[in-house]
Amino acid sequence: MEAVFRQESGRIIATLIRLARSFDRAEEAMQEAFAAALVAWPEKGIPQNPAAWITAAAHRKLIDRSRRERTRVEKQEALRYESPSAALPEDWTGDDSAMHFPDDRLRLIFTCCHPALNQEGQVALTLRTLGGLTTGEIARAFLLPEPTLAQRLVRAKRKIQEAGIPYEVPPPERLEERLAPVRAVIYLIFNEGYVATAGDQLVRRDLCAEGIRLARVLCDLLAGDSENLGLLALMLLHDSRRDARMRSGALVTLEEQDRSLWDRPQIEEGIYTLRHAMRSGPPGPYQLQAAIAALHAEAATPADTDWAQIGLLYGGLLEFTNTPVIALNQAVAIAMSSGFQEGLKRIDALSASGGLEQYYLLHAARADILRRMGRAREAAAAYRRALELTGNQIEREFLRRRLAEVAAE
Amino acid sequence: MQYMFLIYSEERPEGPPPEEIERIMSGHWAVMQDARQKGVLRAVERLKPSSVATTVRTQNGGPVTLDGPFAETKEQLAGYYILECKDLDEAIEWAKRIPSNCKGLEGGIEIRPVADIPQLP
Repeated sequence: MEAVFRQESGRIIATLIRLARSFDRAEEAMQEAFAAALVAWPEKGIPQNPAAWITAAAHRKLIDRSRRERTRVEKQEALRYESPSAALPEDWTGDDSAMHFPDDRLRLIFTCCHPALNQEGQVALTLRTLGGLTTGEIARAFLLPEPTLAQRLVRAKRKIQEAGIPYEVPPPERLEERLAPVRAVIYLIFNEGYVATAGDQLVRRDLCAEGIRLARVLCDLLAGDSENLGLLALMLLHDSRRDARMRSGALVTLEEQDRSLWDRPQIEEGIYTLRHAMRSGPPGPYQLQAAIAALHAEAATPADTDWAQIGLLYGGLLEFTNTPVIALNQAVAIAMSSGFQEGLKRIDALSASGGLEQYYLLHAARADILRRMGRAREAAAAYRRALELTGNQIEREFLRRRLAEVAAE
Repeated sequence: MQYMFLIYSEERPEGPPPEEIERIMSGHWAVMQDARQKGVLRAVERLKPSSVATTVRTQNGGPVTLDGPFAETKEQLAGYYILECKDLDEAIEWAKRIPSNCKGLEGGIEIRPVADIPQLP
């Protein structure tokens, strides 16, 4: 039952929302149907197509309810038309025609990630409806009190209803503009699980899996969109390093990771997906980031990394999103390929002009290059500056370790 | 469903530059004409600048008349439309077409669904 809920609830709720024209009614009907299944299945056995059974049972409940409401509104004799609501589709034989609405999930993705909702609401609603996560699970993953998260859900659902946010797939001319927030939400869900901060490790891993799963759904439903595929490839490649990134609670840099712990089949799938993306359409920021991740994944040892190519890819990324953080990454790649001096010069220029003086990673990157150049004293000063600027315990631990190394030289 | 489109524009004391006025007006005319033809235009008004606004507020339990707009914000209400739309997406497409620099400088359109007024008993 739990497996059905996990895997199918997104699909079921998507269909029910279309039928009910309301998130709340759809959720209520689905819950009632699962409750009914809890009684019926142990007695009669699990139906051939459990998801279709649940959908049909919930649909039945929706019809009962709207009938009851109509009766009430028309002030006719109460309960006159009410069918016995306990009558479930006991004779259900597994005709799953009601289940073949792939568009329903696509509609739901676009509704949950509608730009008229704030991003907090988009994320919560996407995880709750398409992901089938409970409010409590989402709250734990985002380190929020459960009432705060429940409030976000209520607010988002009310806005959808009251402001008339449609439940439909946008027309082709508006698809690209509407896909941007969808991808952003999926990537945010993934990153919330991926970026090491704090919280329940298991729940965080769930978020990564959920982000990947949602991207797969998006790629299935809108075949051949190059940036959707790029997003999927990017997450697969990053996630392939999950077992190597942490060692006894401490962050392990890409360079120091045990590459035998990387998930090879997943890397292959990521690279295959990226190739598919690049054949499908114009390049975009997700494909470029995936290509960078692929170059790291393909290097057998850190020394084999194609830093020159990575520098070029960051240059391409800068054309889409010109942020000082990307410029910093480019400078690091240049330091590793064209020489430390050149990289250092670029980082110092960014520090002066880019507004990154307060950004700990700039100082950490600078320190790292100085360390490689053997300029230990300057490296130590830069590590200290980086330490002043970050409160993240895992990052601080890493910086302290490095500082101790260069201070010992 | 009816939506109100509130046009907020940053005010330039002397109004929009002459070369902009024509563009702004023709933008509004196009929207008005199209909306009227489709039978969805419920209301449209242009407002005088906030420098001639008067606000009546309740203070200490009684009404007080004050010079000026309700709130001293950078962008002020410059006018509004009420249009009948299928859903928010349709409303957003109208909003993209409505000029919002009506009072001289940049602005934006706030879309608000119109609520029913409860019937008088």
